[in-house]
Amino acid sequence: MSDQRLFAAALLNPDVPCPDGLTAWNDSDPTRRFAVYRNNVIVSLIDALADTFPVTQELVGEEFFRAMAGVFVRQAPPTSAQLVEYGEGLPTFITQFEPASTVPYLADVARLEMLRIRAFHAADADPLTPEQITQALADPTRLPLLQVGCHPSLNVLNSRYAIVSLWAAHQGIGDLASVNPALPEIALVIRVGLEVQVIALPPGGDVLIAGFAAGLPLGEAAGLAIATHPDFDLTAHLALLLRCGALSSFSLPTEVPS
Amino acid sequence: MTMPSPFASSISSAPNPQPRHRLPNRAGLGLKSQHFAEILATRPNLGFFEIHAENYLVAGGPFHHYLRRIRDHYPLSIHGVGLSIGADEPLDIAHLDRLAALLDRYQPQSFSEHLAWSTNNGQFFNDLLPLPYNLPTLTRVCDHLDQAQNHLQRRILLENPATYVEFAASTMDEATFITEIVHRTGCGLLLDVNNAYVSGVNHHRDPRASIAALPLAAVGEIHLAGFAEDQDATGAKLLIDTHGAPIAAAVWNLYAFALERLGPTPTLIERDNHIPALAVLLAEAQCAERWLGYAQQDRAV
Repeated sequence: MSDQRLFAAALLNPDVPCPDGLTAWNDSDPTRRFAVYRNNVIVSLIDALADTFPVTQELVGEEFFRAMAGVFVRQAPPTSAQLVEYGEGLPTFITQFEPASTVPYLADVARLEMLRIRAFHAADADPLTPEQITQALADPTRLPLLQVGCHPSLNVLNSRYAIVSLWAAHQGIGDLASVNPALPEIALVIRVGLEVQVIALPPGGDVLIAGFAAGLPLGEAAGLAIATHPDFDLTAHLALLLRCGALSSFSLPTEVPS
Repeated sequence: MTMPSPFASSISSAPNPQPRHRLPNRAGLGLKSQHFAEILATRPNLGFFEIHAENYLVAGGPFHHYLRRIRDHYPLSIHGVGLSIGADEPLDIAHLDRLAALLDRYQPQSFSEHLAWSTNNGQFFNDLLPLPYNLPTLTRVCDHLDQAQNHLQRRILLENPATYVEFAASTMDEATFITEIVHRTGCGLLLDVNNAYVSGVNHHRDPRASIAALPLAAVGEIHLAGFAEDQDATGAKLLIDTHGAPIAAAVWNLYAFALERLGPTPTLIERDNHIPALAVLLAEAQCAERWLGYAQQDRAV
């Protein structure tokens, strides 16, 4: 093993002794000096996770969160210098982290917070203009064929828990005590301008958007949503998506000249 | 022994008068997202801003929105923290490609990186880790710097590290090691005065002698920052380079010493933790500008 491989192993694992060959001017035990590096690595990565998952941290408290994040950091250090991506693995880790099992919705709240980071840094795209919308809706007979492009920042999270209400209550919107975590909610996460928004989608909205993402035309995507939710209201869903700038392109298949 | 570097000629020649290729001899600040809107609204009188490259390797959103606008009004330095030039593994070409795209997009006046390693076996440690100073590590660092400078098509400023341990395997001191790197690769230097002070205390070296022994003609930028104080196993003072505190008086004094030898040099106030209000950092930048003013007068005499 290379010297750096040994150094790296000792950084992450406190049970591995400080690497050989480290010295100090006063012949002091290098373990104490090496601990500065150990501490820098672990604490800076826990700090990075705390920045990404503020509501997750509030739900379990800072002490619990930092202890849990420390276990995660040692088990799954970053694989890239782009730390904004670090934490993608934390929600799944939480589902397997036994002490967190008393907060069953914790992993989904963490998933929601990770989607917010992704939306924040996602590619830019203009939402549809009113003219484009009017034009696309002008011919109702062609509507089912419409190809709908979603904004690059858009993501949907379908949860068994009231993640939108829980998240909002931690932003001072609504009363946390009145939230029933056991009510399923679907979160739409999107960046509107420079702000990331978290919006509750009515049932079936996730199916509709998954259809768009799969390249299905509007008619087929709506058909899937109606099949799973018989009272699905396409007009209301489209209005909501257009209102929050979630759609960035409409196109019709090019006509083959006869 | 090594091939002449295409960047070597820029060391001995006079500084390029084109401002496009050089930061102004003024104080600058690290750009923090907390201050984006205030900077655009108030346009503080500053020499430049510096960003950490890795924070901007994202597709879109507010970081690029604000940086694009701030870049319109200020010179820019891009400072990499993840290239891992000292690693005993090959450089990450995908990372170099992303850096090249970022440099192309923002055309910064300066790009700098660290004499350190931060990756191993596919893992990134988010810290600047130390290396022994000997011939094998020198060759490796120079190969990586040659590769990076060629890939990015520009001269890189290499930053002297703050370290907490030394290596039995070292065969030369830090200044000799750095001097040899500059010689072989034609890279420039980012003189981190706080790092020189921190390493000086931690390794019982005279930081003034360490700075004086560096190839100062290659310095293109100075960093100033704050440290925290700890102790080693014998109770001796151990300083930690935290970037989380105001610049210490001893570091200001060392800065003045460096300016006496360098003349006016672009100077960054670095604060990455416990980030205060913009006004607090602007006051530190003003303090640096006063020292830069004295250095200018000394030049004129």
